Amino acid sequence: MLLVLGRRLANVIPTLLAVIALVFLLFSVLPGSFISGMNEDGRSTIDPAVMERMRKEMGLDDPLLERFGKYVAATVTGDLGTSFRTREPVTKMLSNRIWPSLKLVLAAMTFAIAVGVTLGFLAALKPGSWIDTASMVGAISGLSLSQFWFGLMLMYLFALKLQWLPSFGYGDGGLRHLILPAVALGVGPMALLARTTRAAVLDVLNADFVRTARSKGMSERRVVEWHVLRNALVLVITIVGLQFGSLMGQAVVVEKLFAWPGVGSLMVDSVFQRDMPTVQGCILMIVLFFLAINTLVDLAYVVIDPRIRYQ
Amino acid sequence: MTVPLLKVDNLRIALAGDGATYNAVENVSFEIGRGEAFGLVGESGCGKSITALAVMGLLRRPLSLGGGRIALDGEEIQDASPAEMRRLRGKRIAMIFQEPMTALNPLSPVGKQIAEMFVLHEGMGWNEAMDRAEEALRQVRVPSPERRIKDYPHQLSGGMRQRVMIAIALACGPDLLVADEPTTALDVTVQAEIIDLMAELCAAKGTAILMISHDLGLVANMCKRVAVMYAGRIVESQAAEAIFATPSHPYTRGLVDSLPRLGERSKRGRQRLREISGVVPSIAAYPAGCRFNPRCPSVTDVCREMVPEATPLPAEGLVRCHHHG
Repeated sequence: MLLVLGRRLANVIPTLLAVIALVFLLFSVLPGSFISGMNEDGRSTIDPAVMERMRKEMGLDDPLLERFGKYVAATVTGDLGTSFRTREPVTKMLSNRIWPSLKLVLAAMTFAIAVGVTLGFLAALKPGSWIDTASMVGAISGLSLSQFWFGLMLMYLFALKLQWLPSFGYGDGGLRHLILPAVALGVGPMALLARTTRAAVLDVLNADFVRTARSKGMSERRVVEWHVLRNALVLVITIVGLQFGSLMGQAVVVEKLFAWPGVGSLMVDSVFQRDMPTVQGCILMIVLFFLAINTLVDLAYVVIDPRIRYQ
Repeated sequence: MTVPLLKVDNLRIALAGDGATYNAVENVSFEIGRGEAFGLVGESGCGKSITALAVMGLLRRPLSLGGGRIALDGEEIQDASPAEMRRLRGKRIAMIFQEPMTALNPLSPVGKQIAEMFVLHEGMGWNEAMDRAEEALRQVRVPSPERRIKDYPHQLSGGMRQRVMIAIALACGPDLLVADEPTTALDVTVQAEIIDLMAELCAAKGTAILMISHDLGLVANMCKRVAVMYAGRIVESQAAEAIFATPSHPYTRGLVDSLPRLGERSKRGRQRLREISGVVPSIAAYPAGCRFNPRCPSVTDVCREMVPEATPLPAEGLVRCHHHG
């Protein structure tokens, strides 16, 4: 187990380096900079001398390679730089944002797994029944919905019309403010999980060993509990992992829509302000989360499936 | 006359597909006595495996029981409720499948998969059942069973897995063991071991065997009586020795002739092994009359028009051929 963990972590490092390089280079070819952005909106006029001094201070005039080298060196030691805009260390800004983001992603995934896997199971156990049809129609709709539109509809119904839940914001960090954004974010993965679970369970139900189980004189319920569940789980967990990992990235839209103070909304704001260190920090955070979830999924495989042993 | 352990009478299995219903198996009748080994032989797709599944009550869509009677110990079970069938399956009729690679749950230790039988049918707790599973593994001669019960199927060889399947099937001392091509997926050297083991354990426990195979030689060695199936019907049934000595149906003759024999070359010189020309017809396009007629060397007009009746042979045998006798 520890060996698996070690190997996985060793794989994470080159991935991280590649991502850092990509993000850095991408921003260096984008037109405009933090300074020019300040002038473009036409509201402020800054003395060219001041601009020149700021460019120097921020190191924007240094050669690309030199800036990249400095950035990597600092990142490795855990220093993500200072925000151009707020003059705060990026790590500090991120640490304020990471907990709300995690909370949102966890809540969305809990919703997706609880509803999606359950629906998929029920649909597979009674293929062709009304519950099968209903949940698959629901799943296809869920996959086709845009998060943005669905979020707005949730706000309209539950906040404006029914007035059951607050329409946006973090509030005191309690459950009431969490529900709507979590559902809006979780509906896509929920739909995908419902479909995958259904397919996985149907697949396993047709397996030879399930026929063996039936030949033993087991009730269909026992067959499912003893032989189908675990096997279907192996297939489902792959999708859970992929969805879970990318969810923090997907949360950008929902966070913005519900004014949720997470990493995603910080990133969007920072992009508009060309606040490069902060954007880089946000992307790094999202990638780290993805890699962490993937590592956890790999560990879960080892626990569930005895055939998998990373050599 | 004593009641046979298993009596299959006029069995018909329906296959639903393409808006039509076909008879995948029809007019199949046979009996197996207590402790007797009975063989059902035929090419792939002739309906022998689904006949076995029908006996187990395990036919699933698009297959279903179309008619006929199946009686276990004189008691008809073709209309038994699912709950009644569950009590029979595993306890009184057990089955071994063809593919030991896929017939065991890959995520469950083999000991547990054996122990399930004792939990299900003998109401044991898991601890006691695991002890019995270890004992069952020892009986099928798996080396160091105390360690093997914790192994997963992928850690065992094909032969060992089939031993586990035998241990599962015989766990509760069933009256009838249905063995569907139990050695087809195994190496030839392992085949003999598995067949011997099966025959020996069944003889010791008085378990009857319904052996299903495409291998006439293997079945004839193991079984007292053999039935030959072709395209969903039994074309001939005889005592095992008689099948080789006096095959009565042209299809059976073809099967017997296509077996290589030791010593033949020194007697008759180098000869090409004979084969049955043509292919098995598909279920949707069974020919009228005798279904073997397109491939039969002695076909006449009557074969293309009329289904042959069963003609009795000596020693409780029968053959369905217009040209017999």
